[in-house]
Amino acid sequence: MLNNTIMEQFFEFFNENLILIYLLIFTIVLGFEVISKVPTVLHTPLMSGANAISGVVIIGAILLIRQAAADDYLTLSLGAVAIILGMINVVGGFAVTDRMLEMFKKKK
Amino acid sequence: MGFSFIINLSYLVGAFSFVWGLRLLSSPDSARRGNIFAGIGMGIAIVATLIMPLVDSANNYAWILGGMAIGGIIGLISARRVQMTSMPQMVSIFNGLGGACAVVLAMAELNNYYAGINEMSLGAVGIALFTLFIGGIAFTGSLLAFAKLEGLVWDSTVTLPKHNIINMILLVGTLSLGVYLFLNDSLTLALVFMALSLVYGFSFVAPIGGADMPVVISLLNSFTGLSAAAAGLIYGNNLMLVGGILVGASGTILTVLMCNAMNRSLFNVLIGGFGGAAAGGKGLDGDQVAKSVNVNDAAIQLFYSQSVMIVPGYGLAVAQAQKVCKEVDDLLEANGVDVKYAIHPVAGRMPGHMNVLLAEADVPYPKLLDLEEANAALKSTDVVVIVGANDVVNPSAEDDPSSPIYGMPVLKVWDAKTIIVLKRSMRPGYAGIQNPLFFHEKNKMLFGDAKDSLSKLASEIKTL
Repeated sequence: MLNNTIMEQFFEFFNENLILIYLLIFTIVLGFEVISKVPTVLHTPLMSGANAISGVVIIGAILLIRQAAADDYLTLSLGAVAIILGMINVVGGFAVTDRMLEMFKKKK
Repeated sequence: MGFSFIINLSYLVGAFSFVWGLRLLSSPDSARRGNIFAGIGMGIAIVATLIMPLVDSANNYAWILGGMAIGGIIGLISARRVQMTSMPQMVSIFNGLGGACAVVLAMAELNNYYAGINEMSLGAVGIALFTLFIGGIAFTGSLLAFAKLEGLVWDSTVTLPKHNIINMILLVGTLSLGVYLFLNDSLTLALVFMALSLVYGFSFVAPIGGADMPVVISLLNSFTGLSAAAAGLIYGNNLMLVGGILVGASGTILTVLMCNAMNRSLFNVLIGGFGGAAAGGKGLDGDQVAKSVNVNDAAIQLFYSQSVMIVPGYGLAVAQAQKVCKEVDDLLEANGVDVKYAIHPVAGRMPGHMNVLLAEADVPYPKLLDLEEANAALKSTDVVVIVGANDVVNPSAEDDPSSPIYGMPVLKVWDAKTIIVLKRSMRPGYAGIQNPLFFHEKNKMLFGDAKDSLSKLASEIKTL
């Protein structure tokens, strides 16, 4: 009985989010393909740049706060903390990557 | 309607900029543009999220903009201030904060669900729990990796006896609680689950040797990506999904590449212990003596050679000797000596770290040879100068099956005519393994601080 409900919920989730699941799979393949061509010399900047992109989670934090009730201070505080953390990751990540790559400028 | 179109288009542009940015990052010429490209895409996506129409939302812009301002300023200042040698630590800490952000989000969503404020399907609850778990590991794991790289924590102080067994029990316990929470709602247990995930992240990194931190940071980077992607599934946000998965994929590839460079399996790295205590290997016979050379002789040898290969290691970076190294290089080049740099894939603390440090000292890009190019060139090299590198030039990796690094690809510096090792003392390297190279017949030691020795070499060469 319990198991049936779970399976049904799972099927429902799968069916409703089919496009997302497609996107998930194609992005994994794309990610592997794009990145496996990066030469060793750029691994550290790449890691740093990719790290900045993972700060995209900040979008979730913005949505959380925007959807919260104006007097739900717990959610608002948690969301604000999430935004601060995410923003450090995004801004710091891109800035530090740029600093590294600035040094790869063409010489002569 | 038209407004929604603009929002959706912005997200599409954002997703494209991430993919294209990473693509541009794959070539030194376009890498900087790639980073800026991805950054602009992120900016567009954030603005779109701020202005997109939401039904019945309070918006609470003051909270959002306040948080963004604080986080932005902290991020910018730390990125400006960090030393190039501390880059791996910085990446680690930024990565940890991204993981923490995902944890806070997942916890807030679960809390609202348990409190009856939000509806969540069972699938969404499962994804939120996954986000909590993986984000938690990324957060505390990255913090410990940072502490280890910064030298704040030593491996032995955070490792318990039978640590791997304890880890396994902790993992099984945490996952079981996760399955229970998937089926039963409880805010208290969700908080316990979060705490266990955080503890596991710490415990997971604890036994891993300091020399393996780059591999771990890369792995944790992919965890953060996965947690961002999972959070994207909760919000049904495609851009978070694309960005997170791209990072997950890049972290995974990079982890595998780094393990390959050391000829070890990921499992072997994670079990830890590499380069710990004794690190086996056939010990060196006590009566072996390394030959030493003085600055004057070394300078003459370098000055009158045809070709010189410099092998930089992390010691060069620690001594901040990149610029002096470049000065020696310039002096030799002026006398017609062909100077090249041999860069082992794991030189420094991360793949490519050494390239960044040398680029900072204005060493032209074509002078840097990778492992294969360097090994080919070493056969016709007159003098090899090893500055602060150790394990990557250890012949045990080739000829001593009992050595812990046996099988790791190394720079075959002994193929060159002579070797000069710049080293402070005879102490073993970062991984704690003895290096028979120091006793090799072709080798001479130039004892002293790397920067100091290089500047003495430079002034000696000037007098020739």
